[in-house]
Amino acid sequence: MDMNGGPRIVGFLCNWCSYAGADMAGTSRMSYPPNIRIIRVPCSGRVDPLLVVKSFQQGADGVLVAGCHPGDCHYTEGNYYARRRFALLRPLLDFVGIEQERLRLEWVSASEGRKFSRAVASFQEELERLGPRGHRG
Amino acid sequence: MVKVGVFLCHCGRNISEVVDVPRVAEAVRHLPGVTYVDENKYMCSEPGQAAIRQAITEHGLTRVVVASCSPRMHEITFRRAAAQAGLNPYLVEMANLREHCSWVHADDHEAATLKAIELVKKAVARISYNEPLTPQPIPMTRRALVIGGGIAGIQAALDIAAAGHQVTLVERESTIGGRMAQLDKTFPTLDCSSCILTPKMVEVAQNPNIELLTYSEVESVSGFVGSFEVQIRKRATLVDHVKCTGCGICWEKCPEKVPSEFDLARGKRSSIYIPFPQAVPVKPVVDQVHCRYIKYQEFEASGAEGKKPPQCRICEKLCPPQALAWDQEDEAVTEKFGAIVVATGYDPFDPTVYGEFGYGQYPDVITGLELERLLSASGPTEGHVLRPSDGTPPKTVVFLSCIGSRDEERGKAYCSQICCMYMAKHAIVLKEHDPEVQSYIFYIDNRAVGKGYEEFSRRAQEDAGAVYLRGRVAKVFPQDGKLVVMGEDSLIGRQVEIAADMVVLAAAVVPSRGADEVARMLNISYDSDHFLVEAHPKLRPVETHTDGVFLAGACVSPCDVPQSVSRGSAAAAKTLALLSKETLVGEPTTAVVDALRCSGCQLCLEVCPFNAISTQVVAGRTVASVNEGLCKGCGLCSAVCRPAAIGVKGSTHKQLLAEVASLWT
Repeated sequence: MDMNGGPRIVGFLCNWCSYAGADMAGTSRMSYPPNIRIIRVPCSGRVDPLLVVKSFQQGADGVLVAGCHPGDCHYTEGNYYARRRFALLRPLLDFVGIEQERLRLEWVSASEGRKFSRAVASFQEELERLGPRGHRG
Repeated sequence: MVKVGVFLCHCGRNISEVVDVPRVAEAVRHLPGVTYVDENKYMCSEPGQAAIRQAITEHGLTRVVVASCSPRMHEITFRRAAAQAGLNPYLVEMANLREHCSWVHADDHEAATLKAIELVKKAVARISYNEPLTPQPIPMTRRALVIGGGIAGIQAALDIAAAGHQVTLVERESTIGGRMAQLDKTFPTLDCSSCILTPKMVEVAQNPNIELLTYSEVESVSGFVGSFEVQIRKRATLVDHVKCTGCGICWEKCPEKVPSEFDLARGKRSSIYIPFPQAVPVKPVVDQVHCRYIKYQEFEASGAEGKKPPQCRICEKLCPPQALAWDQEDEAVTEKFGAIVVATGYDPFDPTVYGEFGYGQYPDVITGLELERLLSASGPTEGHVLRPSDGTPPKTVVFLSCIGSRDEERGKAYCSQICCMYMAKHAIVLKEHDPEVQSYIFYIDNRAVGKGYEEFSRRAQEDAGAVYLRGRVAKVFPQDGKLVVMGEDSLIGRQVEIAADMVVLAAAVVPSRGADEVARMLNISYDSDHFLVEAHPKLRPVETHTDGVFLAGACVSPCDVPQSVSRGSAAAAKTLALLSKETLVGEPTTAVVDALRCSGCQLCLEVCPFNAISTQVVAGRTVASVNEGLCKGCGLCSAVCRPAAIGVKGSTHKQLLAEVASLWT
C-alpha cells in the first residue's frame, strides 16, 4: 500500500458504459481518490482473470471491474459472463490469500458519473479497512 | 525499434492548472522508446495537429501518444492527424489527463501530477505493442429484404424502392396488407382503412424495384451486413400465378367453404381463395388442408378402403386460363441482400384466459379486431353490425379495456397503446351505423396521447354519447338473451350492472407468431414479451445489435398506424444509408485466431454473441476461425481462450498486460 496515495486500485472499465461514466465523473468534477489507474477494455467480458491476477501481482490493493448494467451490454451479454467469471474467481483469490473483497464488480452506465466516483471512494474505504495486502491473520 | 512521440496538452488551463505539465514532460522524456516530447496549449487545434504531423515526418516517429482529454472525445481527431502524416491511425494512443485526472483531482496538484506521469507511462508501455491495422472493406449488396407486408413493411419497401434500390418484400400470407387491411376505419380521422391502404398495396405490386413474394417465409439467414444470404421458401399455391388472371370464378364456385382467417372466423371463405377482395396480388391459393381434391388424392395415396371423397376439381374445370397446377411444389430460393428490415407486426392476445368474460363461450363476446370485420363493408356481414348469436343488431354495446394489457398476473405488464383510441373509434362508428346504439366503455385510464387523440376521445363521449366508466369488470354472464356485465365504477364507488347486446374486448397487442424465430435467425434479441429489441431505446430506435438489420412497426412495441408508417420510413432511411455505399469500412479491431495455438476446444464459439466464430480444418486440425464481418471486437472469446490463441486486435493480451506491468514502477 502506498501510504501517501492510499490503496492502489486498478480499474478495468468497459469502453461503452463505465469508461464513459468515469468521463462523466470528470466532466461533472466529481472527485475521487487519485490512486486508481483506469484501463480501457472493450467489454467487462473481455477482462481475463489473468489481468486481475497480474494486477495483484503488480502490487494493486484492489481491482475494480466495471461494465454496463445487466441488460445494457453493448455486446448484449458480455457483462453476464463477467459476473459469472468473477463470482468464481473471488473464492479462488481468497484461497491464495487475497481477500475476495479486493475484487469488486460494479455496473456503471455512461450517465452515472456520481455512481463511479462513489464506487471508487467506497472501494478505497473498504481497502483501507482491509489494510495492506498479505497481512491477514 | 519504436520511436514514440509524446504530445502533452494543456487544454487551455483545464489540465495545466492542476497538472504540472512541464514536470510530466521531463519525467516521460527518458522512458524506453520515447524519442520526442512536445507540449501544446490545445493539442486538438489545427496548430496542435500540425505539430503532430510535423513531428511524425521530421523525427520519423512510429508511435504517437497524445496525453490530453478522453479518447472518447478526440481519438478520431488524432488518428486522422497521424494518418495525414502517413502513420497508421491505430499506432496512436491517448492518455486521459483531463476527465480521469485534472478534473477529478483538482484539490491535490501533487497527486494529480504523479498520476498524470503514470498515465502517460501506461500509454507508452502499451503502444509498443500496437500494430498497424487496416479496416477490411465489406462489399455491399445493394438490395434490401423486408420481412412482413403490413403497413410498416409496405412503407419501408416503397421508400427503399423510391430511392432507386431493389427490394424484396416477403409476406407469409397470400396477400400483403397485414392488420391494417382488417380494419374498417382508422382513428382519429376516421379514414376508411382500405381506401388509404390499398393504393399503397397496388403501388408495391406495380413498382419495378419491388419483388413481391407472398405466401413465402424466410427459412434461414447467414452472412452479415452487406451480404446476407437468405433462404426463402415460396409455398406452393397450386395456382400458376403467371397464367391466372384473378377473374374470381374459382373462388366463387368452390363448394368447400371454411372459416376465414382474415375475418377471424366470423365469416367463410372458399378452399381456393383470396383473403379479401382487395388482396394484392389478386391471385388465389389452394388451401391444401380443406381442398376436396387434395383430400381425394390423399385418400387414394393412403390405399384406405371405404367411400372415396369427391374428386371435385370444379375450379380446374371452370378456370378460363387453365391455371390450376396440382403438382406445384414448395420452392426454396436463396438470395443475397445488403440490409434487412424486420416488420413482422402483431397478433391480438387470446382473451380466453379471462374465463369470467366468456370469450369463446358466449358468441356475442367478441374482440375489437372482430368488431372491425363486422363493421367493414367487405366483411362477413357487409358492414351491418349483427350479433353473432341471432343476427340482430346490437343496441347496447359494452367495451372492456386492457384485456391482457397492464395485467402482470394473467396477461402482459405493458400498455397496448392502441386500445383506448380504437374503443373511442368504435363508439363513434357504431353510433354512425345506428343512432340507437349506446356504448359503455369500462376503462382503467383513458390514454389519448397523440395528435388529435384527446379531441377524438372527447368526441366519442360528447358526440357519440359513449359512457366512460372507470373500473374493472368482474364478470359477464348471459341472462334473458342479453349479456349482463357486472363491474365497478370506481369514481363513484358503486357496483354497475349493464344488460348488453354485445361485449367487445380490447385484447392486448402481442408480437406476431414466429417473430422470435425470425429474431433468432437474424441474431437479434427479443424481450421477455418477445418484442424485438432495438439497439438503443432512445437514440437508435430502428437499429439492432446486428449491423444491417433494422426494425419497423409493431414488432418492436405496440403502435398505431401513424407510428408504424414512421418506423417503416425510419428503417428505410437507415437501410438507404447503407445501400448508398459500394463498400462499407468495418472496424479493424476484430478477433484473430492463432491457428497453431488453438486447441479446438470451441469455448469461443459458445460465448460469441454474434455467431462470428466457426471452425475450419487447418493441417488436419479443427481450429476456430473468425468472420470479420460479423465480429464486433468485444473480446469475450479472448477472455475464455485457455491457450490464448484468440486475441482482439487493439485490445490484445500484450497491450493490456503491458499497461498493468507499467503501474507503480
